[in-house]
Amino acid sequence: MEAPNIVIKVENLTKKFGNFIAVNNISFEVYKGEIFGFLGANGAGKSTAMKMLCGLWLPTSGNAKIAGYDIYKETELIKKKIGYMSQKFSLYEDLTVAENIRFYAGIYGLSNQQIEAKTNELLSKLGIEELRNSLIKSLPLGWKQKLAFSVAIIHDPEIVFLDEPTGGVDPITRRQFWDLIYDASNRGVTVFVTTHYMDEAEYCDRISMMVAGKIEALDKPSILKQNYGVSTMDEVFLKLARG
Amino acid sequence: MKRFWGFVHKEFLHIFRDKRTLIILFGMPIIQILLFGYAITNEVRNANIAILDLSKDAVTNSIINKISSSGYFMIYDNLDNLDEIETVFKTGKVKEVIVFESGFAQKLKSNKKAEIQIITDATDPNTGTTLYFYTSNIIKNYQMEINLVQQPFLNIIPEIQARYNPLLKGVYLFVPGLITIILMLVCAMMTSISLTKEKELGSMEVLLASPMKPFLVIISKVIPYLILSLIISTVILLIGHYNFGVPIRGNLILLYLEITLFIITALSLGILISTKAQTQQVALMVSLAGLMLPTILLSGFIFPIENMPLPLQIIAHINPSTYFMIIVRDIMIKGSGLEFLWQETAILIGITLVLIIASIKNFRIRLQ
Amino acid sequence: MRTIYFIIWKEFKQIFRDKGMLPIIFVIPIIQLLILANAATFDIKNIKVMIIDKDNSSTSRLLIAKYDASNYFKLVGTTFSNEIADNYLADGKIDMFIEIPANFERDLVRQNMNKMMIVVNAVDGTKGNVGMNYSTSLMNDFNQEIRQKFSTINTTFISNTEEINIIQSNWYNPELNYKIFMVPGILVLLVAMIATFLTAMNIVKEKEIGTIEQINVTPILKYQFLAGKLIPFWLIGMFELAFGMIIASIIYGITFVGSIGLIFLFAAVFLIAVEGLGLFISTISDTQQQAMFIAWFLLVVFILLSGLFTAVENMPGWTQNLTYLNPIKYFIELIRMIMLKGSGFEDTKIHFAVMAFFAISINTIAIWRYKKTV
Repeated sequence: MEAPNIVIKVENLTKKFGNFIAVNNISFEVYKGEIFGFLGANGAGKSTAMKMLCGLWLPTSGNAKIAGYDIYKETELIKKKIGYMSQKFSLYEDLTVAENIRFYAGIYGLSNQQIEAKTNELLSKLGIEELRNSLIKSLPLGWKQKLAFSVAIIHDPEIVFLDEPTGGVDPITRRQFWDLIYDASNRGVTVFVTTHYMDEAEYCDRISMMVAGKIEALDKPSILKQNYGVSTMDEVFLKLARG
Repeated sequence: MKRFWGFVHKEFLHIFRDKRTLIILFGMPIIQILLFGYAITNEVRNANIAILDLSKDAVTNSIINKISSSGYFMIYDNLDNLDEIETVFKTGKVKEVIVFESGFAQKLKSNKKAEIQIITDATDPNTGTTLYFYTSNIIKNYQMEINLVQQPFLNIIPEIQARYNPLLKGVYLFVPGLITIILMLVCAMMTSISLTKEKELGSMEVLLASPMKPFLVIISKVIPYLILSLIISTVILLIGHYNFGVPIRGNLILLYLEITLFIITALSLGILISTKAQTQQVALMVSLAGLMLPTILLSGFIFPIENMPLPLQIIAHINPSTYFMIIVRDIMIKGSGLEFLWQETAILIGITLVLIIASIKNFRIRLQ
Repeated sequence: MRTIYFIIWKEFKQIFRDKGMLPIIFVIPIIQLLILANAATFDIKNIKVMIIDKDNSSTSRLLIAKYDASNYFKLVGTTFSNEIADNYLADGKIDMFIEIPANFERDLVRQNMNKMMIVVNAVDGTKGNVGMNYSTSLMNDFNQEIRQKFSTINTTFISNTEEINIIQSNWYNPELNYKIFMVPGILVLLVAMIATFLTAMNIVKEKEIGTIEQINVTPILKYQFLAGKLIPFWLIGMFELAFGMIIASIIYGITFVGSIGLIFLFAAVFLIAVEGLGLFISTISDTQQQAMFIAWFLLVVFILLSGLFTAVENMPGWTQNLTYLNPIKYFIELIRMIMLKGSGFEDTKIHFAVMAFFAISINTIAIWRYKKTV
């Protein structure tokens, strides 16, 4: 029996590419409404794990349930419940801001009125009403990423997966980005985020540390720091990485 | 020098890592030469025809026998009236209908004259004309035979000799053509795309910032393509020679020298394109439209240049492929030496020099 | 349905915003029709001939005049020397030469027959073949003429000779205009190239830039996404065909004997088939460059085996069998039949059936290969 507040349940999930084990037998649970951080160095297997949870890649073995649906048999049902923002920038550069919103909202089956309302709401929240008809490629990276996040949750998903959402942007923009994440979380959206910025780990409710395909630690940031007797997440990570 | 070979080695790795492209690069010429060799022929054999014999006598019968036993024709249908001709052509099943007038044998006996109408489906004018010639020659031979029985009369017999290619094989022409196309594809197109890709990715700047001379950087990038092209040309020559019996009558060393010259021409074309193109997509389109199209269509490869309208003839005459194709064809099939080919070779060298100077100039401008 | 609409809407926005696309759509047809139709002509006229006349008799002069007057040949000159003719042939200055030996006329009259040597440069097999055919035919006529001429001297022959009169009719293309034959085929080529390349490149491009992942996490169904991708290029393909036809009738004055509607009906099915091919190519490529190479390679093979340049009937059996798998071959055959001969649906129903089968099977395979989850 699953507790009602568990939205992601992962058991012994593994992904192999030939002889290389990218994700090695990981298990964890994510609760409704929390911000769950997935930390690790580049190549630790974070993105691979996330792609399996989103239904983009099939696992080699193990089980997982997302919003109560099985990741082998019910991927299309899962996709209605989740939002996803990939590492590669995913908006169309040659479409305008409003056109991108309209396109993704349309695919998720929103009606024309809903699309109109959502577009206005989103633009005013980000304070970019005047950029409505600008091409995406003309925007600075920070704006693009905030927009990509907003588009990823346009259909009010239960869970949103963010794969390194803040790569390559300055600290102030990152801070603003996290405000958006908090905002979504306050509205009850579960946020599953991967990052290799250790300072971002502090913003998460709980975090898991991945090293070479395995989860080495999983808990609240404060408890992890306490357990390892250090004062920053950076130091926690260094201790884990050195084994 | 050691650094230089390091660069060359790196380029080789790049090319050989992309297995799919390699398979296509080697597979394409092989499949093409097999297709050209076996499939592409204008020689008529077993063409479907229909007969409308309104006379049905001994003479028409023996003419029909001559035609059907010639090996060129298969009698697909025997028609009963003139209206059926239209129908049978529209289904596209037959290419020619032969009509014998009624009372054929009798008219031939009494009037000394009888009529045969040869109707061809001239939508394809070449096949139509060729079929007409074959049929009319068979009929004329028949006429000569029946007359000879009665008494000998004046007759000139042409003895036709097909020089250089007695079996009239199309593949003789395709081997030189294919070598030209592949060299253009590998040297000019791939080089231009790969150099432009480095530009797009910004890695060209890094290479140029290295202590090696820019000139050597470019050379090291194109050497693998040169070697690749020589290998592919050899493969085509071997298949052409051993599988299809295309002769290599001339001097092999001269042939390879000319091939190397043309590779340099193509490489400098590729470099020139890459100095101008900003994206891979553009390089690709320019190479396709500006190089492949003229090489295939405007070089005398398949279609004779002298029949083209003047503007296309002009393009054909500034197209280096035109000259290279003549050179390869003459060395291989006619066994010509440099004494026959010095003009074409000189033109090719001239074009190459112009291209090299132009690309060096462009390259300098870009560096500043 | 609404989902499909959004994909189509997005594709059209992108297509019309792309500066490179409009030239591709409008300029390529014009270039192809102008260059290909003019360059791709096997129409062999003006075969360059030289005559070695060692006889210098009335008969030899008559033959020279006959070659000179023929539309098929261009008399480069006459000579007495075999060496000169040989060199000219080796040099490519002439395509063939004819040797009339000394005392040709005298021996002809004496023996009632004589031989004459014709040497053809057969490096280009096709051209050699045509030169031989034309010459044989010309010699047959020439024989007839000299018999007439000498009949005044020796009256016995002509009186008893039975003559078969051959009338030549070239249906559907009496002028033997090669362009009329080529242009319909070029239209097919145009439509096939545009549809295959654009479909393959478009989907691979989404792979390359990564937007495909974003699409794949949405609940969109495979068929919705693919239909949304195929429909815009289907419309462009149909537009290209119409545009090409207009250009062809303006430039070359080609008229359509049969039903244009039937051609478009077939094109509708054909486009689905070749787009399926493009889709399939996109599932086996990771980069646009690869997709381009594979598409190019397949198209070249299809074109060679399509009967566009060389008739399918002339190919050996096994290659003819291969052509049954070639969608382009069916369209070229059909468009020529309808445009030039006015064939109707009854004559082409097999073409329709085969193409429908292709469209269904290629797309089934491509859709099956296309995976949202890998």
